[in-house]
Amino acid sequence: MSRAGWKVILFMAVCGLVFERPAAAATHTAQLGGTRVVWNALLSGEIDAYPEYTGTLLQEILASEGLSTVDELSVALSSRGIGMTASLGFNNTYAIGMRSEQADRLGVKAISDLRGHPHLVFGFGNEFMDRADGWPGLQRHYRLPQTDVRGLDHDLAYRGLEAGTLDAIDLYSTDAEIAYYDLRALQDDLGFFPEYDAVVLYRLDLAERAPPVVASFHELAGRIDAATMSTLNARVKLAGESESAVAAGFLEQSPGLQIEPGTDTAGQRWWQRLWQRTAEHLALVAISLSAAILFAIPLGILAARRERVAHVVLAAAGILQTIPSLAMFVFLIPLLGIGGPPAVVALFLYSLLPIIRNTYAGLKDIPAPIIESAVALGLPPNARLRVVELPLAIRSILAGIKTSAVINVGTATLGALIGAGGYGQPILTGIRLDDMGLILQGAVPAALLALLVQGLFEAIERTLLPRGLRLQTNALGATD
Amino acid sequence: MLELSQVSKRYGDNHALKSVDLAVAVGETVVLIGPSGCGKSTLLRLIVGLLRPDSGTVTFEGQVLTAASLLKTRRRMGYVIQEGGLFPHLTVRGNVSVMARHLQRDAAWIETRLADLAGLVRLPATLMDRYPAELSGGQRQRVSLMRALMLDPDLLLLDEPLGALDPMIRYQLQQELKAIFDELGKTVVMVTHDIAEAAHFGQRLVLMREGQIVQSGSLKALAENPAEPFVEAFITAQLEPMSRLNAVLG
Ligand SMILES: Nc1ncnc2c1ncn2[C@@H]1O[C@H](COP(=O)(O)OP(=O)(O)OP(=O)(O)O)[C@@H](O)[C@H]1O
Ligand SMILES: [Mg+2]
Repeated sequence: MSRAGWKVILFMAVCGLVFERPAAAATHTAQLGGTRVVWNALLSGEIDAYPEYTGTLLQEILASEGLSTVDELSVALSSRGIGMTASLGFNNTYAIGMRSEQADRLGVKAISDLRGHPHLVFGFGNEFMDRADGWPGLQRHYRLPQTDVRGLDHDLAYRGLEAGTLDAIDLYSTDAEIAYYDLRALQDDLGFFPEYDAVVLYRLDLAERAPPVVASFHELAGRIDAATMSTLNARVKLAGESESAVAAGFLEQSPGLQIEPGTDTAGQRWWQRLWQRTAEHLALVAISLSAAILFAIPLGILAARRERVAHVVLAAAGILQTIPSLAMFVFLIPLLGIGGPPAVVALFLYSLLPIIRNTYAGLKDIPAPIIESAVALGLPPNARLRVVELPLAIRSILAGIKTSAVINVGTATLGALIGAGGYGQPILTGIRLDDMGLILQGAVPAALLALLVQGLFEAIERTLLPRGLRLQTNALGATD
Repeated sequence: MLELSQVSKRYGDNHALKSVDLAVAVGETVVLIGPSGCGKSTLLRLIVGLLRPDSGTVTFEGQVLTAASLLKTRRRMGYVIQEGGLFPHLTVRGNVSVMARHLQRDAAWIETRLADLAGLVRLPATLMDRYPAELSGGQRQRVSLMRALMLDPDLLLLDEPLGALDPMIRYQLQQELKAIFDELGKTVVMVTHDIAEAAHFGQRLVLMREGQIVQSGSLKALAENPAEPFVEAFITAQLEPMSRLNAVLG
């Protein structure tokens, strides 16, 4: 990723690896979607390096190659221009976890014991639900009879388990929550889960561009064992320390590691952080909204002039509006990569409909006698639009822009999913760490910004609205 | 100056005008009269080019109106729409001068012309910066008229210019309008459904029914030699309230 210098990437490689599950992370300040997204970002050169698990590579990403050993994997990777370090020291494999108390009561020790309890409710992370080395494979391997299996966010799954709405969930063997929630990781007695050794993947051209970086990746090998990993995880998840502080502490206490922690938001004061997120959020909103205004108003005008165009344009914009934002991001990533650009494009597309529709409706709602007078005066179409029609439609157009702006501010929080930053950043991290304070740090400013934007547009409306129209409203208001 | 020949217009299967012929000479005032829905406004819209005839031709100053010539000829016509049609977002000044400004007429010329027209229609100069919503109905009609007269058109088309006014103001404006027309010597085609008003303005009345011209001539000619019973019935119906009034007042 271009805006992250190599130090940051290296730093992320360390702390991402320390704190993320195989769901994977490429940037630290900006979290990314699934493993595939990050892998593609590495292949296309969007990012230079990220931590990955050998199991994910063998079972999922390169599953079609039929590789079985780490050496074969290494060859397959280098043919794609990707290098790989040796194992960093821990095997973070999948496990199935239950509450210890319930497991004891039902006499469940190993995964095969689950066969005797078909009515248990399972809740798995969305990745685990879909991947070949996740639930589908596990179910076949163990011939598990359970039918009530739900896909949900992994962090929410712990809460579901604790509340008793779920009986078993997927875990990682280094998860901090195992001890915290008093869970039992069931024994993989039929040997289904592959090894998940942590490694760092990097682009081979990075070795030319920044040899010391690649050297320090290799220095990390064998440095982090499972116990260290769980401890570090617990300090973040359970003790609430910041990820970067824990990572930096780990690096300092590991003599011989020549790795400098990169710049990171966690080192900033809260107001600096707030300012940075505000700037990111505002940039997303401002760019996408202004582009949408410039694009949607002419489209609305065109639609008002030609009924056929209106049908097509309004239908197309309506369909765009119904695409879930996550799906929209996933469509855009292959085209635009990750970070700001796809987020801006998605927000732009979502902002179109209200503006197009209101421009169209505002122009169509002008009383016929007024249009007729303008035509009869001899004003040519463009002058008519400028002098008569647009001023009369301005209230409706501004209302459309206001709607778009408020939707835009809200939707921009989802930009954090694909690394675009903004107020969504603390919200996402907060959900992951179950930290309400962090969630509020994003949600409150986002709500305030929405109110502010709304107020701003109301002020603009007051100044832009011709006085004659305001009078008309007052006169109408007085009669009812 | 203006000639309609075999003009027909349909809205769907509603024949609003059926083969209408009408000629208007320079300086003449012609008044279109007839019951509601008989096609008076449609006829004016065809002349100003807001509608195109389904068949037949409209000729203005020797030229057949075409889509290409419309923009130019419209500027030689002043049209006062039935509902007034003032732009609510523009002041009186803005409404009246909108076309002159589009044609980039000199600002001083515009101001002089505005003052002249305001004097002509007796609109106080203090109202120049008001919006239509701040004017009375009669004042709005005067502004519509000013707007139609701004570019000194050869032909004035007035669609019930006094329609929405109360009888007192209406009477006063009738007197004033007549004086204005006489003073300017313009060719005027005017629509009304009030026969007294028609007689007041028109040398020539054109009586319409269901999209056709029934009879054309002075009120006297229409009353004395009605072309069909409808003409007599129409005139009688309009005069009836008057004679009842006269009977009461003795
Ligand atoms: N845009 C339109 N679409 C369909 N029918 C129309 C339209 N405009 C007018 N008509 C119909 O055409 C006929 C003539 O209408 P027009 O407006 O010319 O009547 P008018 O003589 O001006 O009536 P009034 O005195 O009420 O103003 C009426 O039957 C009317 O219903
Ligand atoms: Mg009419």
